[in-house]
Amino acid sequence: MRKMGRTIQEMRPHRRTASRGKQMDYFVQQLINGLTLGSIYGLIAIGYTMVYGIIGMINFAHGDIFMLGGFAALIVFLVLTSLFAGIPVALLLLVMILVGMLVTGLWNWTIERIAYRPLRGSFRLAPLITAIGMSITLSNFIQVTQGPRNKPIPQLVTDVYHFGDITIALKQIVIVVLTAVLLAAFWYIVNKTPLGRAQRATEQDRKMAALLGVDVDRTISVTFIMGAALAAVAGAMYLMYYGVSSFTDGFTPGVKAFTAAVLGGIGSLPGAVIGGLLIGLIESLWSAYFSIEYKDVATFAILAIVLIFKPTGLLGRPEVEKV
Amino acid sequence: MSPVTEKGETSLMAKAIREGIFAAIISFFMFLLFVGVETYQDINNALVWRMRWGLLFIFVAIAAIGRFLTVAFIKPHLDARKLSKAKSGILEISTQKSFFHRHFLKIALVFLLVYPFLMMLIVGKQGSLKYVDNFGIQILIYVMLAWGLNIVVGLAGLLDLGYVAFYAVGAYSYALLSSYLGLSFWILLPLSGIFAALWGIMLGFPVLRLRGDYLAIVTLAFGEIIRLVLINWTEVTKGTFGISGIAKASVFGIWSFDVGAPNNFAKVFGLASSSVYYKVFLFYVILALCLLTAYVTIRLRRMPIGRAWEALREDEIACRSLGINTVTTKLTAFATGAMFGGFAGSFFAARQGFVSPESFVFLESAVILAIVVLGGMGSLTGIAIAAVVMVGGTELLRDMSFLKIIFGPDFTPELYRMLLFGLAMVIVMLFKPRGFVGAREPTAFLKERKAVSGSFTKEGHG
Amino acid sequence: MAPETTAMTDTILKVEHLSMKFGGLMAINDFSFEAKRGEITALIGPNGAGKTTVFNCITGFYKPTMGMITLHRRGGRTLLLERLKDFEINKKAGVARTFQNIRLFSGLTVLENLLVAQHNALMRASGYTILGLLGAPAYKRAVADSIEKARYWLEKADLIDRADDPAGDLSYGAQRRLEIARAMCTGPELLCLDEPAAGLNPKESLTLNALLRSIRDEGTSLLLIEHDMSVVMEISDHVVVLEYGQKISDGTPEHVKTDPKVIAAYLGVEDDEVEEIEEQLDGGAV
Ligand SMILES: Nc1ncnc2c1ncn2[C@@H]1O[C@H](COP(=O)(O)OP(=O)(O)O)[C@@H](O)[C@H]1O
Ligand SMILES: [Mg+2]
Repeated sequence: MRKMGRTIQEMRPHRRTASRGKQMDYFVQQLINGLTLGSIYGLIAIGYTMVYGIIGMINFAHGDIFMLGGFAALIVFLVLTSLFAGIPVALLLLVMILVGMLVTGLWNWTIERIAYRPLRGSFRLAPLITAIGMSITLSNFIQVTQGPRNKPIPQLVTDVYHFGDITIALKQIVIVVLTAVLLAAFWYIVNKTPLGRAQRATEQDRKMAALLGVDVDRTISVTFIMGAALAAVAGAMYLMYYGVSSFTDGFTPGVKAFTAAVLGGIGSLPGAVIGGLLIGLIESLWSAYFSIEYKDVATFAILAIVLIFKPTGLLGRPEVEKV
Repeated sequence: MSPVTEKGETSLMAKAIREGIFAAIISFFMFLLFVGVETYQDINNALVWRMRWGLLFIFVAIAAIGRFLTVAFIKPHLDARKLSKAKSGILEISTQKSFFHRHFLKIALVFLLVYPFLMMLIVGKQGSLKYVDNFGIQILIYVMLAWGLNIVVGLAGLLDLGYVAFYAVGAYSYALLSSYLGLSFWILLPLSGIFAALWGIMLGFPVLRLRGDYLAIVTLAFGEIIRLVLINWTEVTKGTFGISGIAKASVFGIWSFDVGAPNNFAKVFGLASSSVYYKVFLFYVILALCLLTAYVTIRLRRMPIGRAWEALREDEIACRSLGINTVTTKLTAFATGAMFGGFAGSFFAARQGFVSPESFVFLESAVILAIVVLGGMGSLTGIAIAAVVMVGGTELLRDMSFLKIIFGPDFTPELYRMLLFGLAMVIVMLFKPRGFVGAREPTAFLKERKAVSGSFTKEGHG
Repeated sequence: MAPETTAMTDTILKVEHLSMKFGGLMAINDFSFEAKRGEITALIGPNGAGKTTVFNCITGFYKPTMGMITLHRRGGRTLLLERLKDFEINKKAGVARTFQNIRLFSGLTVLENLLVAQHNALMRASGYTILGLLGAPAYKRAVADSIEKARYWLEKADLIDRADDPAGDLSYGAQRRLEIARAMCTGPELLCLDEPAAGLNPKESLTLNALLRSIRDEGTSLLLIEHDMSVVMEISDHVVVLEYGQKISDGTPEHVKTDPKVIAAYLGVEDDEVEEIEEQLDGGAV
């Protein structure tokens, strides 16, 4: 959280210039920053929303799954750069992301099997508490095994493009483009494949889906793996963007991504992405024009306001109490 | 119980071995990066790595053996027990309770009343400091917080993930008003509770119409907002530095615990000066506050408002069809819970002499909620037991310095405190999803008071 | 025909031009009817006709798209129900209801369920909790009264032996009776029952009829949704038939029973076959 503040602060001096064109540039610059951040939140938010949609559970440990993804990428980076000096950056990034996706997917699969599945259909708060316990376990596991200090790595992608006064870093482009590609692939899986159909069926009515031959357990497992894989990509990109990982990284982005999921309407996939982008934009614009200190307050306040006036989020299905 | 055929046994063993190997493979890939590779900073401050094959092997071996034992022995054992239980009827709770069982509450109360003196007798005056403060007071604070949150979550069924906000309001109310206005603890204690309750009403009013998980996220957001404001409103709260030098509580203004004061407790009674007296005094204050919380909760449960809370947890729509204003009913639960959080907060400030936003992070809310759920929602006894187990257990780890002898001088048990806390949360939930005490005491009866089994009670949805 | 002022034809509930839309679905379409004080009025119709939706509009759980719902209280006070909040319908208008899918407080005991129903009265007696906490004698009296009232209804609903058991532990039939007893403990003038006989065996059904009649005879008017025609014909004074959200018949049980439209609706036959059925019915009538 503090890290993001710093990066945005660095951009601040641009604001001194007062001409209208400059102001516009400054605004566009903030939009780009917000979009980048929002892409990361959106990718994490999808994991929250999918799990909530399919088993109605707030997966509190999802933020820490994202953190695991970041650490996996960090370790792969260290190992590869020391074993193969001069490895091309694109290949390096690709391996970081892929290994991160596999390892975090495996973790989330195991966690679901061991900690959540036995509680499926039990008391509603039990899985929530288990997930909170898992979240505490995961972050402390990384603290114990990798140490409590921040882990900095050198900048991976340093190219910067200038368009007049607007600066776009290549890493921002990578993040936004990669997010868009993943979302397209993801949309295809959910809407066009038998797997996606099984997911949607399970979401609608788990018992009925099972009766009709959908392997519900497998579908839920796959959902957890997919959510974790997307979070791992977000983790790798977060590392690339900020150049540092810490075992506490799961919490704030996790809560914000969850906020994004709720803001967009929990259970809705486009909602998660739109919510993520909105939160990214609110955060960067608020920091730019009001105060960095209160940017998270603004995010949470807007969430509360949206929910008060539209209790199911922006794209959530309106919920009529069936009496 | 039932005789297992030899064939069944061998196939079970084969299955267990297969599962064990599978677990080994899975855990190898899970731990390869995070355990197998150690990342650390070298002399040049650059991040480097080295392999830890030995540690990785231990992790994988534990996973494999654990899985093997689970499949081969633990699970069959549990299944057999469940089966024999089902066969012998449902008599799970024996009607013949032991003396200890029947008088548990009285015994516990007497123990608590003599606890500080008992500790002084056993480990001496200075030695008892740790037991009275780190164990006694610390656990009782969590008991009080959990009992307060229990009104919101356990009784009314409202999922509040930001309870620590009210704890913070109480603590900062005391810290600020005693520093700026010089008001005393005994005035500020009730005031802090009232402030927290007002905050509860203010925050609750717009959001209590939300249902279920939406309420959860909004309460979490409010908790974070309050913490961020405390961090950033530096003119008043001094930000992350926190407020220090907060006035101590006094014995109703008669005796003080300030070292220089003429009415210093130790001086008046001609005792050697020591910080033990203050801690013992604080122990009794928090014990009294806990008892107050318990008393009010028990009384309120038998009032129409308390019954309405529980009815709300069971079925909100039915409540409305019976003419119960669910918004005000939720608000009263929220405000009452907040009030106890506020009391606990002001006590916390007086005990620490220092408050900072660090003490009011989300993790605290999660721990308090976990204690409520692990204890068994609604059950005061269960919650107290959960607080002792979870808080006391992790406090114990703080002082397991003897472990250093086993694991070497680099071993810091404190690091493992929260790791084990998290694991314990998961494991308790897996084995007891309804918490330690699942049954519910009815609030009224015609002929006899029969506990309601946990399988009937609902957990609320709002 | 008869003057409106006599006690017998006194209207308690008047629904006018009620419409309810869910998205594109017109669940209720311009529906009007009246329920008389001291009578059992039945609302019948095939599955999905919109009966429960009418109940939800009357009891404030849905806001009707259009229409007016007027309740005349005993003292002469008139309330527009669609303007009240859901909980005020019971508190201010004296309308209680049960649910098609039973909604009991299953983790509370049977007695506690009945005490929760007396919430508003007890709340007042306890001085909004404060006098109660102080142990005021007036509150203690109110509590004793509330337990007596609960006992009265437990006996009437034949649940007195189960008073201290969790509501979730009761049999289905007993849960239905408890839900009615709970609604009665709020002291309503109008009791709305959504399929109270659904899922009951014939014996339970008979006891239920007796219970409903005695509720009526003690002065509470009833509005009843029912599927089981035998129950309807036996106990109701007035029947309204709903199909696809519209009223197709309204009158005494005898009148409705022989209404060709009703027969067609229930048997799902073409219009020209209706006459045929009518003849058969006349021939085989009991
Ligand atoms: N909350 C709701 N949202 C959408 N449609 C509803 C809702 N409640 C009822 N309906 C629809 O209104 C119609 C009437 O339903 P209902 O009143 O339950 O019928 P009945 O009680 O006569 O069987 C049905 O088509 C039902 O699907
Ligand atoms: Mg119906």
